[in-house]
This record gives sequence, structure tokens and C-alpha cells, in this order.
Amino acid sequence: MSIWLTQHLNALRLALRRLGAMPLNTLLSLLSIGVALALPAGGQMLLANALQLAGTTSTAPQISLFMANAADRRAANEIENRLRRYGGVKQVQFMAREDTLARMKSGQGLREVIDALPTNPFPDAFVITAADDRPEAMEGLAAEFRRWPKVEHVQLDSAWVRRLDALLKLGRTAVILLGVLLGAGLIAITFTTIRMQVLTSRAEIEVSQLLGATDGFIRRPFLYFGALLGLGGGVFAWVLVGAAALWLRTPLGDLVRLYDLTLVIQPLGTLDSALLLAFAASLGWLGALLSLRQHLRQP
Amino acid sequence: MIRFDRVSKRYPPGIDALGDLSFEIAERELAVINGHSGAGKSTLLKLIAAMERPTGGAVLVGGQNVGSLTRSSLPYLRRRIGMIFQDQKLLFDRSAFDNVMLPLEIAGFPPREAAQRVRAALDKVGLGQREKAMPIALSGGEQQRLAIARAVVNRPSLLLADEPTAHLDTDTANDVARIFMEFHRVGVTVLIATYANDLFPRARRLRLDHGKLLT
Ligand SMILES: Nc1ncnc2c1ncn2[C@@H]1O[C@H](COP(=O)(O)OP(=O)(O)OP(=O)(O)O)[C@@H](O)[C@H]1O
Ligand SMILES: [Mg+2]
Repeated sequence: MSIWLTQHLNALRLALRRLGAMPLNTLLSLLSIGVALALPAGGQMLLANALQLAGTTSTAPQISLFMANAADRRAANEIENRLRRYGGVKQVQFMAREDTLARMKSGQGLREVIDALPTNPFPDAFVITAADDRPEAMEGLAAEFRRWPKVEHVQLDSAWVRRLDALLKLGRTAVILLGVLLGAGLIAITFTTIRMQVLTSRAEIEVSQLLGATDGFIRRPFLYFGALLGLGGGVFAWVLVGAAALWLRTPLGDLVRLYDLTLVIQPLGTLDSALLLAFAASLGWLGALLSLRQHLRQP
Repeated sequence: MIRFDRVSKRYPPGIDALGDLSFEIAERELAVINGHSGAGKSTLLKLIAAMERPTGGAVLVGGQNVGSLTRSSLPYLRRRIGMIFQDQKLLFDRSAFDNVMLPLEIAGFPPREAAQRVRAALDKVGLGQREKAMPIALSGGEQQRLAIARAVVNRPSLLLADEPTAHLDTDTANDVARIFMEFHRVGVTVLIATYANDLFPRARRLRLDHGKLLT
């Protein structure tokens, strides 16, 4: 076994012993770090699920185009030809007013109402799928169609997509912001914990220095201490988020079912979990490093 | 091995602990520093181990000016010196074995070889059966011998001891003195600060009085 490995194992053992020496302090530190990290991690979990939901929703955003009620079939045919030739349009589906009427009549309760009307209230309509379904591109298409003759109304069915998109962007910003803020919190927690550790290990540090310990040797167990604290807090946060995912699974599933969607909420994925733990451990390490800079040099 | 060249040490706010001290200690020599309390014995040893820096003159150990060592090269000087401190500086939260293990951990010894050396050092000072004991459970003389074991486990070529026999009864003090004699016999340079005048009859004697060397 190499000297390097031996020294690191020794430092790790010492760090674990110091963590175990004050179990209550350790537990409280882990708790505060865990809760602090659970917020951004939970946000990330919800975000990943929302993205997943948005991704599996097959209803590609579409544009509905309604002819004027007075327009005849020839006008509609012209528009259809125009649409089919128009670049940026991927698919055009014509919905004749008679068909719409028949479909609506088959629906419960509407039949009497429609029968009472003197004329067919439904116009000819088209459902258009765009080649480029980004909200900006679809807005452009809709604006163009609105200028065409005998077109009464153009409706963008992608409004919700846009809203979801904006919401997800906001969510991502919020998660990053939370991550930064609470990451700083984590650094602060390890900073003060390590400060206490340095104070209680004064004798050990002094004696080690007198026996020829380098700064690196003295720092090492504290750095492990900080990293372990961060890692432990990260694990705790991971468990919290996983528990929240299980707990939310039924109510959220019921909620999205109202919108004809299915969602089985998942805990953090492998990559996100690994990132969480790495993030937690390195911030703990950083907090320890900053604390040692501050507290080790003074005699 | 050790050379003091017109060394003086003044502690703030103006206490002159040592003044204009010049002497030399050869390799493999056994020397005793005598002197009253406050004469400057501890200060002299601390200058050698670079625990303090001289305010004047130069302290050379193995040809190296220890007063001008950088912080990062200090540890390597200290690993070559075995030091027994006046206040012992044992760690009371770890066993006798772990106390003696510390210098080897610091130096990065392979654990197996280190454990053998620790046992050998404890045997040498007669604490072979007490390796699991915590320092608080050891008598004053045993603690003193534990401090010696820790100082020699690294097999230093220079051994500094500050009052290693203080508070010991005559028999125990003689035991401790014998241990130092053994290290001297195998070629270690030994420098001991003590009020006791008669413990090391054959040793070279340096007499300190108010920070000055009497000849
Ligand atoms: N850190 C310090 N700050 C200020 N003065 C000090 C310091 N250390 C020692 N002194 C003073 O320097 C003088 C020499 O002290 P030193 O400890 O070297 O004496 P000593 O010979 O070891 O005494 P003793 O036999 O009591 O241990 C004393 O007057 C002491 O008060
Ligand atoms: Mg003294």
C-alpha cells in the first residue's frame, strides 16, 4: 500500500472518528445541510418530471383556422390549396362544416340547441400542423393566415405550450437560484462546524505540528470531515426528495389526469442524484477549506 | 551537529531570555544544560527545534540555519529531531499506542512497519504491556516514559529533552536517565535540560545563568 493511500485512509479514519465523537452535533449539521439541499434538489426533481410530462404529451401544437361563416366551399378550397403550397406547413386537415355539425349533434344535450338554430352555426375549418413548432414560428404562421381573405379567425393551440415553456424556464432559474443560495448556506454550515472542530482539536494540531506535520497533513482530516458532512447531507436530501416523490405520486397523478395526461412522478434520476452528491461533497470540502484558511494559521 | 553563534532571544515585551550565546555540540555527544528556573533552558531547546526564532545570531542544526527556515520546510527539520517537552504534550484522547504512532503517521510510514516500531519503542521504555492504556491512566513516570517513546520512535539523530525527570522519584529518574544513556550509546546526539545536577555524571555540562553561559 502506498504512503499516499495510507495517509488518506488515516485522514478519513480520523475524520470519521471526529464525526462520531459528537453524534448530536453531526446529526444536526447533517439535518440542516440535508434540508437546505432538499429544496433545490426537490425543485430539480419536479422540473425533470414536468419536462418528462411535456415531452410525452403527443398533442403537437396546432393552428386552427376558421373560415368566415359566409364563405362558400370554393373559398375554402382556395385557402386549402394555398395552405398546402405554403412553406412551413406540414399537414393540413380540412373539417367541413357539415361534418362538424354532425359531430356536434351526436354529443349529448347539444342536439336540441343546434336543431333550434335556423342555419349551421359552424364554419369550415382547418387544423394545421406546422413544420417548426416553436412558439415564435407558429405565431408567425398564424399572423400570416389572419391576413388571408375570408379567414375569420386563427387560433394558436400552442398557447399552453408557450405557457409551459415559460414556466419551465422560470422553474429552472428558480432551481439554479435556490441551488446557489443554499449551496452558500452549506458552505457556511461547514465553515462554522470546521471552526469548532479546529478549536476542539487545538492540542492535536499543535502537537502534530511540533512532531513535523505539514499543513497538508493537518488539513486533510478536516477536509474529509467537511466533504463527508456535505456528502451525508446530500444523501439525506436525496432521501427527503425521494420520499416527497413517493408521497406526491398519487395526488399529482390524479391532478394531471384531469387534463388527460398521465404522470407517475419519479425520484431524482441517476445523473441528477450523482450531481447532487458531488455538489454536496465538494461544497462541504470548500467550506472546510475556507474555514481552515481562516482558523488554522493563527497560533 | 548544533552550533549557537552569538544567539540572543528576547520575548516581547522585552524579557531577555538568552543573551549572546555561543557554543557547539558535536555529533553523538551527550550534553546536559543546567540552570535555575527561568535561566533559559527551555528557550534554548525551543530555538533548536525552531519553536521559537532567535532575535539575534544564528542557530545551526546539521549546518542548517533553523532561524531562517520557511514554514514549509519546518516539518522536515522537526522529523529529524526527537523532542520531549517540559509539559509532555501527550494527547489524552488517544491510547499510549496511538500517541507513539503519531510521529510515524506524520512521516508516512507503512502501517505494519509503524506498528512494529511503536511496540519496540514502548518496550524500550518499559510500557510494552500498557499500549492500550489512555495517558490519564498512567502514572507521572509512565507518562514521562511515554513521551520519550514518542520522541524516539522515529529514530531521530538528535534527541532534545526538557526536564524529563521532573517530579520523578530518584529510582524512576535513574531509570529514565538510563534510557537516555542507551540512546547516547547507539550514536544519538542527546541534549537534556534539567535542574538535576547528578543524574548524568559523565555528560558534558552547560551552565546557564540568567540567559548567559557560565564556563
Ligand atoms: N513565551 C514567552 N513569553 C515571554 N517570556 C517568556 C516566554 N517563555 C519564556 N519566557 C521568559 O524567558 C525566561 C526563560 O524562560 P525559560 O522557559 O527558557 O526558562 P527555563 O530555564 O526553562 O525555566 P524552568 O526551569 O522553570 O523551566 C523566563 O524569564 C521566562 O519568563
Ligand atoms: Mg523550562
